Amino acid sequence: MAHRRRRKRKEIFAQGNEAVAQGALLAGCTFYAGYPITPSTEIMEIMAQRLPRTEDGVFLQMEDEIASMGAAIGASLTGRKAMTATSGPGFSLKQELIGYACMVEAPMVIVNVMRGGPSTGLPTSPAQGDVQMARWGTHGDHPIIVLSASTVPECLEMTVVAFNMAEKYRTPVILLIDEVTAHTREKISIPFEDELEVLSRMQPAVPPEWFKPYAEAARGVPAMAAIGQGYRCHVTGLTHDQMGYPTSRPDEVNEFMTRLFRKIDNYYHDVLIVDEYQLEDAEYAVVAYGCVARSAHHAVDQARARGHKVGLLTLKTLFPFARPAVEKLCMQCEHILVPEMNMGQISREVKRVNNGRTRIRTLNRVDGQIITPSEILKAIL
Amino acid sequence: MKELQHIERFEIRLSGTGGQGLITLGRVLGHSLALGHGYNVTQTQSYGPEARGGSSRADVVISSSAISFPKTENLDLLIALSQPACNAYYRFLKRGGVLLVDSELVQHAPTNQFIGLPFTKLAKDKIGNELTLNTIVLGAVTHLLSFAEPRIMRKSLEEILPPKIQALNIKAFNLGLREAKRHLGDAPMIWQTAAENGVEEEMEGFED
Amino acid sequence: MSDVTKLIHEYLRHNKKFPHVFCAGCGHGIVLGSLVRSVHALQLQKDNVVIVAGIGCSGRMAAYVDFNTVHTAHGRALTFATGIKMANPELNVICVMGDGDALSIGGNHLIHAARRNIGVTALVLNNQIYGMTGGQCSPATPQGDMSMTSPFGSLEQPFDTVELAKAAGANFVARSTSFHANQLDKLMQQAIVHPGFSVLEALSPCPTQYGRKNKFRNVVDMYNWLKKNTVKVEKQKEGDTRIPTGVFQNLDRPGLEERYVELRQSLQAEE
Ligand SMILES: Cc1ncc(C[n+]2csc(CCOP(=O)(O)OP(=O)(O)O)c2C)c(N)n1
Ligand code: SF4
Repeated sequence: MAHRRRRKRKEIFAQGNEAVAQGALLAGCTFYAGYPITPSTEIMEIMAQRLPRTEDGVFLQMEDEIASMGAAIGASLTGRKAMTATSGPGFSLKQELIGYACMVEAPMVIVNVMRGGPSTGLPTSPAQGDVQMARWGTHGDHPIIVLSASTVPECLEMTVVAFNMAEKYRTPVILLIDEVTAHTREKISIPFEDELEVLSRMQPAVPPEWFKPYAEAARGVPAMAAIGQGYRCHVTGLTHDQMGYPTSRPDEVNEFMTRLFRKIDNYYHDVLIVDEYQLEDAEYAVVAYGCVARSAHHAVDQARARGHKVGLLTLKTLFPFARPAVEKLCMQCEHILVPEMNMGQISREVKRVNNGRTRIRTLNRVDGQIITPSEILKAIL
Repeated sequence: MKELQHIERFEIRLSGTGGQGLITLGRVLGHSLALGHGYNVTQTQSYGPEARGGSSRADVVISSSAISFPKTENLDLLIALSQPACNAYYRFLKRGGVLLVDSELVQHAPTNQFIGLPFTKLAKDKIGNELTLNTIVLGAVTHLLSFAEPRIMRKSLEEILPPKIQALNIKAFNLGLREAKRHLGDAPMIWQTAAENGVEEEMEGFED
Repeated sequence: MSDVTKLIHEYLRHNKKFPHVFCAGCGHGIVLGSLVRSVHALQLQKDNVVIVAGIGCSGRMAAYVDFNTVHTAHGRALTFATGIKMANPELNVICVMGDGDALSIGGNHLIHAARRNIGVTALVLNNQIYGMTGGQCSPATPQGDMSMTSPFGSLEQPFDTVELAKAAGANFVARSTSFHANQLDKLMQQAIVHPGFSVLEALSPCPTQYGRKNKFRNVVDMYNWLKKNTVKVEKQKEGDTRIPTGVFQNLDRPGLEERYVELRQSLQAEE
């Protein structure tokens, strides 16, 4: 321990996008496939530089975002930790195969750096308009984990969390950041490998003849054999039985679908990450995420300085929605303000949880500009 | 090493036209204040059409405590290297803030409370390379900021710039520092004058 | 035990719920047989063979064979295959796609796989129709032919898979049919072992959806049509309008995965 404390971490002054790439490499990502799009491109460019210099890293520029998803899922099936990153229009294209990754339970990380939409929208301006698409964008009922980050160090930290959750729960994990967070430069200190907890998917514990690729091994999650490992499994986007073969038997379909939800629903305590700031005695709470959480933090400090009992709940996990933390605020506070750079995508979740208990106010901005601390302060006072 | 001076929240905007190296300047300044000096720093910049339309801008926020809002709202120091940039951003300068311009390129400052040096001319005439403009500005800014250490700034320049152009840029940095000392006067005086003007403006009921 | 029975025991999944989905007389089963025989003849390790299939009747064959099998999404098989091959170049990656899969929704992926020259074998099972969805027009439906979505005859000109793959830069391009089983086996083996991107088009009758709508009285007629209307490319004379079969492109550019490994090694040597 003594010598560990003396080690000095490497510090860099870097953008959020660089921090995402750093986080991915630290989490063990060895495969990246993508298609350039502002404002996420730096992630791809760094991976293009770094991955070919690692022992087995693979970087691929594909013909579009659909192909990038396909390649990343393919790599995941061979046992790799894979990532792709994109923005708005590319995120729309990825939706088809995000559903596939949910269905076959392929761990992977999809980063979406949000910009103004719909369509080509505002390519270089920040927005938070893809929040509900991240939750519901692909067809069919499905669970998914959506994370966010609001500072550059958090970009690194949450990318590692995203990979860990993807591996632990065998699911695609979406990391939603915004143009402000992606392009702000800040100091980050790079953790040493042994300081980080890095998780990997559960391996089969039985020989191939006994292995059931989609039977629950633990926590609702099946063990995962890599292609080429001798297990010769079938993987399909059709609803499948425990052997991985297509089925439409209602009992088998139901068992599969409920397990898909259960593996995440039952572990909310592990999946839900929030930051609570000045909430103990708060009479007024702000619920925010991404770059807006930073503005809110500033506004809360200013309001406190003027004697107002205001606190901030920052959502780092957007979905599943942090019901317990928000519910507590609904009981405790007289007002809750939800500032966001869309017309109310998280406030509708807050209202749903609130169920009429307290007053929920919204502060929305869709002009490609970050919500400023003064705007939030004005709304609070 | 001097003990770190305490800074509440200090906002700088570097503005001008594309090609003046302002983004690099912002990066070097941010890098040095964050990693070399040890402050909390956030640096943001203009992107896309905004960045292509000829104008360019990099913002730096410095603080001793953690920075929540990463962008600028009330500038302590505005550096304007073009007339349009000066016109566009002057209104974000807070009372008591300092405006530093390229005295050749900004002919009509919107106030008479400003300081200036002919940065572009200095780069051409004294260094013989217009591209060193941004490093000369860095030298002048270092003079203005009481919490910035010339020695650490030079070291950061060496960390970031490719070896080939380091010597030239150190020369440019020193020139900026020297010229600022000679023509702009003592840094504390500059800030004190600005603060007094700010108070006066307030008393006159100046509203923005 | 007959050789066929031995192959069945060795390569078909005994825990899979048979019977299979193919209609009587469907050409897809013949292509599947050829695939199994080829893997056997080449003595490939089953653990190292990956079948990556699209969506369609053709795509369903993946589930029956005892390899690593991935039944992907409509049109996307080649994107998965590219990821798999790059992640583990030791694997023999074989894509199974229908004509709709490969030429319509996946057309962009096909030309880019060819351009990249990724070391994957692409089998295009061309039945000139969308079989699985009930007989709609495909980009390989000949002009004037009937389908559920061209009830008055198709107005559009079809793609020629071979010409398309050649132009896009595939290393190896060949064509055969479900009627010419021996030739199919031979070309299949060549396509599998050839480095870089290989495309093998197999003309494969769909009696149920294409045959009925286009005046084929029975299954046998369809196979006879293949026999009559195709010719080995070496024997084709000028003016002969029959469909040529055989090998159309045979280049030896290294596959993307080989070039990538080289790059990685050279970068590591630098360090
Ligand atoms: C995105 C998407 N669009 C449409 C479909 C419906 N669909 C399933 S198979 C198919 C076409 C199958 O034709 P082909 O690829 O030629 O294969 P075949 O069935 O003839 O072997 C279509 C359109 C789908 N599954 N996914
Ligand atoms: S519909 Fe056509 S392609 Fe599909 S199984 Fe039947 S005959 Fe074969």
